[in-house]
Amino acid sequence: MKTTVFLGAAAATALMAGAGFAAEGDTLAQVKARGELLCGVNPGLVGFASPDANGNWSGFDVAVCKAVAAAVLGDASKVKYIPLTGQTRFTGLASGEVDVLPRNSTWTFSRDTDLKLDFIGVNYYDGQGFLVPKSLGVSSAKELDGATICIQTGTTTELNLADYFKANNMAYQPVNIDSNAEGEQQYLAGACDAYTTDASGLAATRAAFANPADHVILPEIISKEPLGPAVRHGDNNWADIVRWTLYALIAAEEYGVTSANLEELSKSSQNPEVQRLLGSTDNLGQMMGLDADWAKRAIMASGNYGEIFAATIGEQTPIGLARGLNAQWTQGGLMYAMPFR
Amino acid sequence: MTESAPAGPPAPPFRLSMLIYDRQYRSLTIQVVVFILLMLLVSWIVHNTVLNLARLGKDINFSFLFNRAGYDIPQQLIPYDSDDTHLRAAMVGLLNTLYVSLLGCIAATVLGVVAGVLRLSNNWLIARIMTVYVEIFRNIPLLLWILIIYAAFTEITPGPREYRGENAREMFLGLFAPTNRYTAIPSVIAEHSPGVLAIGRIEIPWLAIMGIVFFIAAIVLRRWVNARAQRIQNSTGRRPTTWWINLALFAVPPIAIWLIFGLHLEVPELAGFNFKGGINVDNSLVALWLALSLYTGAFIAEIVRAGILAISKGQTEAAYALGLSPGWTMNLVILPQALRVIIPPLISQYLNLIKNSSLAVAVGYMDLRGTLGGTTVNQTGREMEGILLMMAIYLSISLSVSAVMNIYNNRVKLKER
Repeated sequence: MKTTVFLGAAAATALMAGAGFAAEGDTLAQVKARGELLCGVNPGLVGFASPDANGNWSGFDVAVCKAVAAAVLGDASKVKYIPLTGQTRFTGLASGEVDVLPRNSTWTFSRDTDLKLDFIGVNYYDGQGFLVPKSLGVSSAKELDGATICIQTGTTTELNLADYFKANNMAYQPVNIDSNAEGEQQYLAGACDAYTTDASGLAATRAAFANPADHVILPEIISKEPLGPAVRHGDNNWADIVRWTLYALIAAEEYGVTSANLEELSKSSQNPEVQRLLGSTDNLGQMMGLDADWAKRAIMASGNYGEIFAATIGEQTPIGLARGLNAQWTQGGLMYAMPFR
Repeated sequence: MTESAPAGPPAPPFRLSMLIYDRQYRSLTIQVVVFILLMLLVSWIVHNTVLNLARLGKDINFSFLFNRAGYDIPQQLIPYDSDDTHLRAAMVGLLNTLYVSLLGCIAATVLGVVAGVLRLSNNWLIARIMTVYVEIFRNIPLLLWILIIYAAFTEITPGPREYRGENAREMFLGLFAPTNRYTAIPSVIAEHSPGVLAIGRIEIPWLAIMGIVFFIAAIVLRRWVNARAQRIQNSTGRRPTTWWINLALFAVPPIAIWLIFGLHLEVPELAGFNFKGGINVDNSLVALWLALSLYTGAFIAEIVRAGILAISKGQTEAAYALGLSPGWTMNLVILPQALRVIIPPLISQYLNLIKNSSLAVAVGYMDLRGTLGGTTVNQTGREMEGILLMMAIYLSISLSVSAVMNIYNNRVKLKER
């Protein structure tokens, strides 16, 4: 009797483990079979990814999820958003909990190689900054010697902070926090003198304060933080799909394709690049296992890169970020989509 | 047929079927089969893990421990900076775990014994208060206690800057400054410092070593003095007065050190953003320590109460009949016997406390889970190795504590001859 129970348990374990194997392999086929894209996002960073009162997610990173879902599944709403903290995000991606991870994560060498991730591009060129209350009377990060600083643990900012203070021969006291929400609370409670993370994140965090004007972001940007969506290493076709979906959004802005004139341009545009992008000629989508209209749907989801930027984090929003490095290369920025050919 | 083996002297020759049908062998057969299956399951799990890691392009490799860690740790008992290795970061975390566990075990024991004894008090109010304490702390999850106590510290106390300026707050007794980050307390410094004992980069002040040596010596001497008093009492019937010798043993060395080396207090002062000069005791450490002690103390109180109730009432009555006061009865008759009942469950409470200390991550106290299992795992992506190492370390801590406590248990348990 005991042996039977034992064998049963063993068999059940074997079955469950068998299911685990399925997480490997062809992500595109899995997403299509599931009918839903699993998208790993920040648990709450206004402007980049945050749920509203009804649980609908919106934001700059969320727009990438929607575009990919639209391109692959034909419906921008078929996304399941999975909030991941700084500590859980890469494990979540590696274990198959999410298909794609647009979660303001910095593209670094060791993450790309040792962590077995593939960053498919950059959707926001950022840098690390410091947020301090105006009442502190600090105007430069160089004056922060001896300060207590809130820092999200498990991030590149944690390492940059240590390097920056060491290089400038200053001391600091770190307060380790797990999420942006916790950082906000600790900072406002005065448990730390300064809060450090990506400058875009600081702007987004400050926008959510009761009195944003009482806080300033110091001028020093102490690191390069190219933020981009990541996928698992090894599934090249899936990486291609996410990469070119992002490029489609960037290219659309470059060529003046917006969600408003998209239909019209797909019929009337004489620009061969636009024709190829929108699938009017050369069925590009087929080359990576999608249909001809994939990019059209991706752009329709929340507009082109510029529209997404303006609607979520741009100067007209409470977050108020200027395009800066994230302008098109034709406008002096770094946004540069590879040719659709 | 072969169901009941004949009891006759000539044992039947061994046949293979006897492995199943002979009761003598059957249980052995089942054990062997189960053991083989168990081993198969274990090896399959290991194989599966390695295979899946290989599919993700990962191997099991511990060399990351010798790479530069690159991050800073707020609480450190041994010197550490961001240029040190992940291994040293893990050591810092391990020491933080042991530190808060040790403090927690001591406080929980004191609290538990007091609460357990008082809960049996004849004083209605005291007994009820202790009941309320035990029930409240025992029945609310530890994580909530940690968060509540930590929140109380950060929300109620002022920021360091409020101790400056025109409407500055007064420091408590002019010595202590509770803030929403830490409590600044004075440190003791010596005018004529005998220096430090340096072991590698770890520096231990000679004064601390002297203090510990004198304390241990005082304990040993006190035992000897008491044993001598006992001998004299046994032979003459008169117990010599020993209290002043015992007091001197513990009081004279510190006073001597104080005078010889010119010890004085260094009061913390606000410099720049934070207090400098004294010792800043982190709120996260205090909150974690308090929560662990109060929570585990409630369980220990119940264990102590059960231990005392396990001693027959006749013992108390006999002690009273001999004229012992209630305090003496408790200390000399009841508690020594109750210890035998108390120690085994107490061990498991200590082990619980040590393992529960890994909840430190909730308040940013960088224990083993925070350094090795948190930031290191995150920065290197070595989840499997990190978790395996942590499991091994917690297991060894627990087994060591168990072993030591079992030795103690064997000493106090009823000697059967």
